[in-house]
Amino acid sequence: MKQPNSNTHTPSPLSVQHLSMRYHHKPVLTDVSFEIPEGKTIAIVGPNGAGKSTLLKGIMGLEPNIEGQASFFGESLDKKRQAIAYVPQREEIDWDFPINVLDVVLMGRHGQLKLWQRPSQLDIDIAEQALKDLKMWDFKNRQISQLSGGQQQRVFLARALAQQATLYLMDEPFAGVDVATEQAIIELFKELKLQGKTIVCVHHDLNTVGEYFDWIIFINARLIAAGPVEEVLTKENLNKTYGGRLSLLNDLTEQMYRTQLNKAHDTD
Amino acid sequence: MTNDIWIIATAALVAASCALVGVFLILRRQALIGDAISHSVLLGIVLAYLITDSRALPIMLGGAVIIGLLTAWLSDSLHRVGKLQSDASIGIIFTLFFAIGVILISLYAGQIDLDQECVLYGEIAFVPFDTIYIGNLAAESGFDIGPRAFWGIGIVFTIVLSSIIISFNRLKTIAFHPSLALSLGINVIFWHYFLMTLVSMTTVASFDAVGAILVVALLVIPASSAYLVARSLKAMLWMAVGYSQLAVLIGYALAFWLDSSISASIAVSAGLLLFVTIAWQQVQSQRRQRQPIDSL
Repeated sequence: MKQPNSNTHTPSPLSVQHLSMRYHHKPVLTDVSFEIPEGKTIAIVGPNGAGKSTLLKGIMGLEPNIEGQASFFGESLDKKRQAIAYVPQREEIDWDFPINVLDVVLMGRHGQLKLWQRPSQLDIDIAEQALKDLKMWDFKNRQISQLSGGQQQRVFLARALAQQATLYLMDEPFAGVDVATEQAIIELFKELKLQGKTIVCVHHDLNTVGEYFDWIIFINARLIAAGPVEEVLTKENLNKTYGGRLSLLNDLTEQMYRTQLNKAHDTD
Repeated sequence: MTNDIWIIATAALVAASCALVGVFLILRRQALIGDAISHSVLLGIVLAYLITDSRALPIMLGGAVIIGLLTAWLSDSLHRVGKLQSDASIGIIFTLFFAIGVILISLYAGQIDLDQECVLYGEIAFVPFDTIYIGNLAAESGFDIGPRAFWGIGIVFTIVLSSIIISFNRLKTIAFHPSLALSLGINVIFWHYFLMTLVSMTTVASFDAVGAILVVALLVIPASSAYLVARSLKAMLWMAVGYSQLAVLIGYALAFWLDSSISASIAVSAGLLLFVTIAWQQVQSQRRQRQPIDSL
């Protein structure tokens, strides 16, 4: 017998089927398939060069896929573009570009505008609210080169927020940011989750992955494991993902042990 | 006197069009492709002339745009398919096209009213003598509406300016972050070739005035000066036009004083303005560094 609600079941915000990608004839990702739940925070985790950013770019169609596809809420990317906000890695952005903070955030509204249209007052209000949400209001007229790394990251998150998407794909939002920004991102995640939105992040810090995310996708050239944190954050999966890098792995287990100790102390 | 006005007006429009297009080339880090197109459009002009036997503006622009886009596309294909570095690919394609253009000119020298010197350096001083005459010349019933070069660049300037005004937001997003633009559903490839079309039209309309070599100076230098000081894209566009107009005026005075080539003097002035800007910035930043010590 079929599940009673299998027909009314809403399609997953992001479902990847048999995705393979190559870079200069070298396979980077092979046959990756997964499906994520709605309204959760999901981390893509793996060692350097494992293809985490490539996976995100392949999903967004920014780099050509050899095989496979991604569907969003059961539909193709072109039909759902406005519902998906992409936050590129901070290093990929030209921070010397002559543009101020508010204009960057307004770019989140450009997808909704016709060619000749200028942002309306509503667009500006939405952008300004996004800046306030990320506590960047005071910087709205700054040129982006005059911001710290964390502030730059918050500007890009505000841009994604202004797009009013339902699925957020972020490439290493926590990389090299200060404590205040890390807190601001966590707050943002909570707020977005309350609104039922889904967040997928490439994440590199195993110390925080269990704390910040509900779900983990382990990647190392292929899919190692995907599932809720409590099920997949195991020594075995870490071994499979980071295998061969023993010294690193030892450090990681030690770090994990320590964070668990800290947590134990915190709860005391 | 009227000749001077036509020369300055033509130079001003050439410089302004180049500056506006140049801003986007600089921001997209594609100054080299501007250089390439400015040379390879020569082939487009020659081919268009040989095929149609006409020097009408739409035909010249059409030939230039087709060859300009082909230059951009072939350079990119050579880079992707041939696995050559992108700057090497651009260098290969445009020199090839330019060389074919030069061969064609020398083969059909009798038929083509283009000499190689003029193509390379341009001669803006001769611009006022090639005018457009509306009506019947023999009956003297028509009238002279001014130099061909002026109207050519005038039309191109209008196209460039209105394109930028209409699609300002698109061009801004693409110049700032192409993958972000792509993720917003903007057709980045279309806009790339659109920009290449504007570059082709601008360079071909600037040919009579400044030639293939000096047009590169006008594409790159005023926009670079503006890049150093501007804090928004709108400001950068205004400043690039400002720098270019200043270069035209200083260059014209310089040419008058030295009795030398006008277009070369304009290019030199643009370069001087850039160095003055850099020097001024250095002085400013040193003064700023000294301030905390002074206040102690």
